[in-house]
Amino acid sequence: MRIHFKTGYGQDIRLFEDSREAVQNALLILAAVSAPWWLDEYMLGEVTYVLIWILAGLGLMILAGHTGQPSLGHGAFLACGAYMEVILLEAGVPFVLSLPLAGLFAGVVGAVVAIPALRMSGIYLAIATLAFGIMTEDIIILLTPWTGGIEGVFTPTISLLGIEIDRYGDPDRFYWLCLFVVILITVGYKNILRSPTGRAFTAIRDSEVSARAMGVNVARMKTLAFGLSCFVTGLAGALLAHYLTAFNYEAFLILISIQLLLMVTVGGLGSIHGAYYGAIVIGLLPVVIATLRQEISDFLGAGNSSVPGMETAIFAVIIVAFIIYEPLGIYGRWTKIRIWLELFPLARKDMFRRQKSYLKTERMK
Amino acid sequence: MDFLQLLVGGIANGCVYGLVALGFVLIYKATEAVNFAHGDIMMLGAFVALTFVNHEWMGLPFWLGLILSVIVMGVFCYLLEVVVIRQLFGQPQFSVVVLTIALGFVLRFFAGVIWGHEPQSLETPMAGKTMNFGDIVLGYDEAFVIIATIILAGGLYLFFARTRLGVAMQAASQNQLAAYYMGIPVKRISSLIWAVAGMTAAVAGTLFASKGSIDPSLGLLGIKAFAAAVIGGFGSLPGAIFGGLIIGIVEPMAQAYAPPGYSQIAPYAIMLLVLVFRPNGLFAQIQQKKV
Repeated sequence: MRIHFKTGYGQDIRLFEDSREAVQNALLILAAVSAPWWLDEYMLGEVTYVLIWILAGLGLMILAGHTGQPSLGHGAFLACGAYMEVILLEAGVPFVLSLPLAGLFAGVVGAVVAIPALRMSGIYLAIATLAFGIMTEDIIILLTPWTGGIEGVFTPTISLLGIEIDRYGDPDRFYWLCLFVVILITVGYKNILRSPTGRAFTAIRDSEVSARAMGVNVARMKTLAFGLSCFVTGLAGALLAHYLTAFNYEAFLILISIQLLLMVTVGGLGSIHGAYYGAIVIGLLPVVIATLRQEISDFLGAGNSSVPGMETAIFAVIIVAFIIYEPLGIYGRWTKIRIWLELFPLARKDMFRRQKSYLKTERMK
Repeated sequence: MDFLQLLVGGIANGCVYGLVALGFVLIYKATEAVNFAHGDIMMLGAFVALTFVNHEWMGLPFWLGLILSVIVMGVFCYLLEVVVIRQLFGQPQFSVVVLTIALGFVLRFFAGVIWGHEPQSLETPMAGKTMNFGDIVLGYDEAFVIIATIILAGGLYLFFARTRLGVAMQAASQNQLAAYYMGIPVKRISSLIWAVAGMTAAVAGTLFASKGSIDPSLGLLGIKAFAAAVIGGFGSLPGAIFGGLIIGIVEPMAQAYAPPGYSQIAPYAIMLLVLVFRPNGLFAQIQQKKV
């Protein structure tokens, strides 16, 4: 058990709690940067995909995990980022500018969408975003001149300061690019969390009424959270456009939005680690299920009997189990295991027992 | 005349949306949980009715099948609340949202395994029969849907206004803690509310199935019913039916008169407009606490 004896406020908001954590993070980054040397090309592609999902998850985590506003339509903002990136690159904007601009576009769209829904209680936001998410495919088809409609679009190759980065030609460079963006956003995210803005977000999540009483401008903060969240998701969308190289509206169906939300829930709402764990689960689950199915059908000697929708159903059952037994997700479970280990002989059985509670309503009637 | 014909079809469709929306509103009012799996529960109700009625399954008479499916879905939703949803009593709204979305996926999967993904249709005594009023053709199935909705809505109104249980449900939905102090068994009431919502969903599902074919992805229709509930103001029972009618009427109108491509987004666009201009819905019932 590490004990932190804090003597000043500065210590309380340090980026890393102690030097051990800093070293751990440095090692992790080192391992991630050196990945192209010890992973084969196929795995590197998978890891890049997971990185993009992490980025999208981080975006949603700001909103769902830290501000407590469930968005069921984040796939729409992924689409905003992806299409804007292609449009900008085709218009001759350099990649250095087009990536942040694509994110910014998604962020502005997100903030505009959020404004009407924010005046009401949280559930309306969920529904409004759900509607937005469903409308996405139709809107993409309506905007055919820009989005290519059903035929879709091809993403131009990135040329970053004279270096060509092609997803298939130089997977290493594309991986490093994604890694760089993910690390940058993660650091930015940690910084926001320790600033007054981040504290306001958490206050809104825990109780809107109390946050308002403490002088937080709830509507403004929610809009800001929405904008930031969509900005990050838009960046993920732009990178996704480069990852897919060719895509149409089918890449942004409503299922993607719901999968994103379920992903951050499994990973652990309200923690940056959660977005990482969730994305890793999403990335690995299809592989694991496919392997298991093969094993089982081999064992039974039957043919490869595939049931449509099986993966989604297994994923959904995992979610149900997590929501009921471990609402804090993988990150919450890991924290408990770690504390148990650190305290080893002294951990008490009831340490993490959940308190009984009744419905705390935030409405009048 | 074309317009009136569209209107009649729209009203019949709108009744189904309204009934599903009614289920959302019931559950939301009572437990402050938004049941995103409601569309899938409706789908399940439709398939249960199909199992009782169709000849390749059990081949019971239509009315008996309808009643049996209502009972089965009531029991199913009661148990669903007791076994799964109650675990989250007092947890944030968000967890229930995610939980019900996941449950919807599970239900859809099992329906796909049991009944297959091919579209199927329910055998009803009304199929194919029509009556004519001047130039307007009204199918027996459409008339059945409209009449059944009126009867059900009236029945629910009487249930909430007149019966002891209905009043207890209203009390529990307005203030759980106070209702508990008054000796109302709040937990059982919320299970019963789920059961009532499940029964309404079963009726809605059967009505929908009597008008057209059903398949396991029917649950996505629940999202349109959502729009209906929002238009009506998420806490109002008449509002839910009214919102359903609006969505039901707008859909065929948009298909007929708006440029192609816009008809799918019309229901959601109306919902967003309502959210912008009348944030609490057309029949505002729920206000947020002010500091």
